[in-house]
Amino acid sequence: MTHDASATQPPALEMRGITKRYPGVVANDHIDLDVRRGEIHALLGENGAGKTTLMNVLYGLARPDEGRILLDGEPVQIAGPADAIARGISMVHQHFMLIPVLSVAENVILGSETMAGPVFVDRAEASRRIGELARRFGFDLDPDARVSSLSVGLQQRVEILKALYRETRILVLDEPTAVLTPQETEEIFALLRRLADDGRSIIFISHKLYEVLEVADRITVIRRGKVIGERKPSETTEGELAELMVGREVELTVDRGTSHPGQRMLRVEDLRVADDRRHEAVPGVSFDIRAGEILGVAGVAGNGQDELVEAIVGLRKPLGGRVTLEGLDVTGFSPRRMNEAGVGYVPADRHRFGLILAFPVYDNLVLTSYYRPPFARGFIREDDAILDSARAQVERFDIRTPGVEVPTATLSGGNQQKVIVAREFDRPLKLLVLDQPTRGLDVGSIEFIHRQVIAKRDAGTAVLLVSAELDEVLEISDRIVVMYRGRMVAELDGRTADKSDVGLYMATGQREAVPAGDEARS
Amino acid sequence: MARRFLDGKVLQSLAEPVAAIVFALLAGGIGIALFSAYVPGHSAFDVGLPIQAYQSLIGGFASANGITSTLVYATPLALAGLGVAIGFRAGLFNIGGRGQFLIGAVGAMAVVTWIGRDAGPWITIPLALLVGAALGGFAGFIPGLLKATSGAHEVVTTIMLNYVFLFVMAWSVLGPLTLPGAPQPITVDVSMRNGALPILLGPNGLIDFGRGGHVGLLIALAAVPIMWFLLFRTTIGFEIRAAGANPDAARYGGMKTRRLIVLTMTLAGFMCGLAGATTLLGVVHEMTPGYDTTIGFDAITVALLGRSNPIGVGLAALLLGAMRAGSQAMQIQAGVPAELVDALQAIILLFLVVNVLRRIMASRRRRPGSAAPAQAAAMPATGGAA
Repeated sequence: MTHDASATQPPALEMRGITKRYPGVVANDHIDLDVRRGEIHALLGENGAGKTTLMNVLYGLARPDEGRILLDGEPVQIAGPADAIARGISMVHQHFMLIPVLSVAENVILGSETMAGPVFVDRAEASRRIGELARRFGFDLDPDARVSSLSVGLQQRVEILKALYRETRILVLDEPTAVLTPQETEEIFALLRRLADDGRSIIFISHKLYEVLEVADRITVIRRGKVIGERKPSETTEGELAELMVGREVELTVDRGTSHPGQRMLRVEDLRVADDRRHEAVPGVSFDIRAGEILGVAGVAGNGQDELVEAIVGLRKPLGGRVTLEGLDVTGFSPRRMNEAGVGYVPADRHRFGLILAFPVYDNLVLTSYYRPPFARGFIREDDAILDSARAQVERFDIRTPGVEVPTATLSGGNQQKVIVAREFDRPLKLLVLDQPTRGLDVGSIEFIHRQVIAKRDAGTAVLLVSAELDEVLEISDRIVVMYRGRMVAELDGRTADKSDVGLYMATGQREAVPAGDEARS
Repeated sequence: MARRFLDGKVLQSLAEPVAAIVFALLAGGIGIALFSAYVPGHSAFDVGLPIQAYQSLIGGFASANGITSTLVYATPLALAGLGVAIGFRAGLFNIGGRGQFLIGAVGAMAVVTWIGRDAGPWITIPLALLVGAALGGFAGFIPGLLKATSGAHEVVTTIMLNYVFLFVMAWSVLGPLTLPGAPQPITVDVSMRNGALPILLGPNGLIDFGRGGHVGLLIALAAVPIMWFLLFRTTIGFEIRAAGANPDAARYGGMKTRRLIVLTMTLAGFMCGLAGATTLLGVVHEMTPGYDTTIGFDAITVALLGRSNPIGVGLAALLLGAMRAGSQAMQIQAGVPAELVDALQAIILLFLVVNVLRRIMASRRRRPGSAAPAQAAAMPATGGAA
């Protein structure tokens, strides 16, 4: 590994004293960052810490108020994304920017097409060049495959290929493993290592501590716009990194305690659900959850989990099957009736289903209860009751906000989620449905939410936890099932489940065949 | 919530409309100066002319007559503006103000024509207003229902219906509502049939001040706080605003968004129909087949200028009404055509729309991934919860 040798050359990238102010907040406060050639450098921080802003500055999406950027020792002014790309900086976003109906090669050359003459695109040449590039780096990609037919992991490779095609020297990846299975994550790490050995610099934005420790050469921790520290993985631990990120000691795994499941609370029988395109996303699923039990549903996003959850809480009409809550048939109940029946729901897409971002915090706290006393008398809203209740909840759930009257959009992701949690959890619940409850949240908020969920379970609520975050599922579930292509393909005990087994179920729908005679698999 | 009036939020939301008005006045002033050669008695590029023009404009609405004219012009602007504004709050674009206004006039005229002579003013007038407003509501109900059930975009359906109601009105004047024996097709004069709105402010009115200030202005005056209360203090108002801000979250909160679409469009049409009925009974008193109005476009300007807030809409209606009222004086005294006021109104509207776009782009550039700008873009006319 030639990482130390590259330390004698000027760093591939230097950001010195970068400061960026927005109204009311200093997003980047005199940040220094240097990334060497052939290095994988991780940028670690909570949501709202300033990592994305810093990368936006690098990519030309934002102009810094102070500070300089140097590429290979030369000061540069980056005018915009096109300029950044021309200088060899590429960014792979969390949400891919690919055109599903075009092929891999077409997507890669988009914007810098190989031309046959002045008008026509030379597709054959593009396909050849892309194929060669892919082979060189050990990608397993068919340049002519339609992007829509590729798995998420492969789509991400197409994004990376786009960067490589443009002779990228500095590759920035924003939360690259958010949508990957454990196996795909391993593969991507191996790929990044190969790219780094080839002389490229890689900036890896993440909030996942163990991944950062595994793949990075150096880690820079940012908190509230400032660089808090820089570490080598060999010199630090998850605990120290978490503390640096959050500013206090953080419990990384919440003690799930013992569950004392009671009677059967939720019964789902042969539930069939269609997706938005009228395909059967869930061809028939059956399961039970008992009171005081957490059922974790693992699975890569897009295997029917959202449709299943929406059908249970009333946002989507099922095609068939039955849902019973404590004996009462609630199949097809509207969201309001489910809510009144004692069901709480934390949606995956919190900006779409969970909150009205433009509205004040107090309105979002009564989004499901605004129509009944004490928040309304007939048609007239009781503003005082609403405000009092909101202030009490902000206090109880430690929601960081300047006040309850501010638009909810001004809150950080973690606090927005706390608003939803306060609204849904702050009453006795028979069933609690959570879909990706900690996606995009910082370590402190994750800890908080896990605690609240376990408290609800201990109070007797049946909990359905759907999460693509395998560690979350493994950490707090009492029982685990895996969803693959709309079916539940495995059921395991939460305490003893093996991470790679679950990962395999998530990726392929089955475990590898166990060789005859080998029974001692844990 | 009254606290909000005292903090920077209100000042911030005033900035855009005020900027729009100032910009329009400047642009108008430049326009006047550029073409001053065409005004008799002035040389080219006479910078004194815009000043003179604006002075007479203001003088035009500062007199007693000017004030009552302002109120009279402002009445339908406020009523229809409230209708359009409540549509904006729900994320709906009611471009059907013209048709709803006209069919509202037809409804009022029908009542007066058929029962006015025998029923007396105390029954005829309220009934005429009610029927007119109800017909306007029906005119809004149709596109609302179409949108709720089939997704048909209300911009298309309301514009198309404008033509339908325009011709229904023409047909009714030529047919069932025609005045027998008249040399040209025309309806009855409502003042002959106990249908004219009593004058509040005027030489024969309750208060001898100005001229032509009919009772309709009290209706508009009452409508503003009522709408404000509906929108911000009731559960229905909350649902309307929620459905406009984020229909998915509104659905999750248990709100019946399709019903809200129908309700809001009906209410919008009701208000525009009421505008038509009051204008007929208060000002014009009779209709010809060619009767028409620019209220559809004016109400949108008023609603945007007022940021879809009923209080703002009321103030915006007064402003535009004042400009109308002063335009005659401006033409007479300064020689600048009264149509300049229409041009100023259009520039204000243009400025507001452009400004809105600029805000959306600024917030999108700031946070490329977040959903908040996308939601803000969905309600360009309100620019926030206020």
